[in-house]
Amino acid sequence: MPNGTLMLHRVFLAIVSALALAAPATAATSSVILATTTSTQDTGLLDVLVPAFEKSSGYSVKTIAVGTGAALAMGERGDADVLLVHAPSAEEVYMLKGRGLSRAIVMHNAFIIVGPPNDPAHVKGAARAQDAFAAIARAHAPFVSRGDDSGTNIKELALWKIAGTLPDAATYVKTGSGMADTLHVASQKAAYTLTDDGTYLSQRATLALSPLVEDAKDLRNFYHVIVVKPLAGRVSNEPGAQAFARFVTSPEGQSIIATYGRERFGRPLFTPDAGQGT
Amino acid sequence: MPAIAALSVAVSGIATLLAALVAIPGALWIVHGRSPVRGALMVFFAAGLGLPPVAVGLAVAFALWRSGPFGWLDALYTPGAMAFAQFVIVLPLIGTLAVVAMRGGDTTLPMQLAGLGIARRHRLALLAREVAPGLAAATLAGFGRALAEVGAAQMTGGNIEGQTRVLTTATMLAVGRGDFGQAFSYVAVLLGIVTLATGVALTLQRRWA
Repeated sequence: MPNGTLMLHRVFLAIVSALALAAPATAATSSVILATTTSTQDTGLLDVLVPAFEKSSGYSVKTIAVGTGAALAMGERGDADVLLVHAPSAEEVYMLKGRGLSRAIVMHNAFIIVGPPNDPAHVKGAARAQDAFAAIARAHAPFVSRGDDSGTNIKELALWKIAGTLPDAATYVKTGSGMADTLHVASQKAAYTLTDDGTYLSQRATLALSPLVEDAKDLRNFYHVIVVKPLAGRVSNEPGAQAFARFVTSPEGQSIIATYGRERFGRPLFTPDAGQGT
Repeated sequence: MPAIAALSVAVSGIATLLAALVAIPGALWIVHGRSPVRGALMVFFAAGLGLPPVAVGLAVAFALWRSGPFGWLDALYTPGAMAFAQFVIVLPLIGTLAVVAMRGGDTTLPMQLAGLGIARRHRLALLAREVAPGLAAATLAGFGRALAEVGAAQMTGGNIEGQTRVLTTATMLAVGRGDFGQAFSYVAVLLGIVTLATGVALTLQRRWA
């Protein structure tokens, strides 16, 4: 009998010490919540950028990939520590609300207009994206929109506005999904869509879509890193967020960005911009 | 891949075991208890069968957001948060199936055994043997549902590589990236685990019976 109680006692002690060990791991704020866009995750950039940051800083990062709109909303509520997003107009509004401590440019890639290879709306080679959009609307060609308040979606809506036209409701599809999913929908429906070139390049092999408008001046896609202003009385990790923002704009982070994609896609997917001003 | 599969089994396994520990005594009480409140519990179990995982995921995530009532726990995007959501999802399923298993058996068996003058301890053992296969099946069904669910795992876990990425959320990401080969291999492992668990449960049942 004493043996039995001793045994129980030991098991109890083991459980208590395990809990004690586990508790600080969950309660500590050594982890940084990064809210970012699906494009940075779907292209695989974060798979190299985040581990490099974790290794050099000792912080662990929880990456939540959502649209830019959702990422900014998370920052506003204090549900994220740092944001990596790409909708400058929405970001400026965010900073004006006082919810960011700092905002710095990180990199850019380009938006491109892709569509069915036979190009029924004849947009190929258009000098400006707005002209291509106008042609798509005129031809009543199908267009697939993210429809999710992401940076790409915000850019798309701005382009329709500048083009001074709206597509037919009957041929305009909103997926409410990430970029890669949306590209697959466009491919299956033989429709046009606006995408960042990185996600398109990474998906190209499985898509029946051709790049039709590239290198248009109005199609540059800038990414900024925003350090969220912590809310009083809530869990946050401002030092970790600052460290992440410093890292992605540092020479080390910038060189990772400059080379990422060369191996797999034959050319880099992003162009580093830090230290060059917006 | 092994780490992702292991996390899937660990999170869903713990959620299922905890749910079984609560649901089976609850079912026992529903079938053999006398309180009128037990009808309410049965309604709760049965209604919960149709609980959409995304709804549970949203509720748990909402509570655990830093801006939510339990934000101070700093528990969102952890395996614990995922296990808790899955616990809520499978609890009604295991409870309902356990009630069905107990009612499906001969409900007069306890009295018959008592009438035969068998000691209470032995009666319980015999009864347990009678319903054990049904309870194992109920628990297994819960495990299958927890393992297969993706909405709550995504919302409460965040699909973070090396921390909360499980087979279902990894599959969604692979599809999102257009890597269908990878997606199919995740699904194959998922099916393998469910098949293996079913095999183990069936073997156990045969041993008992």
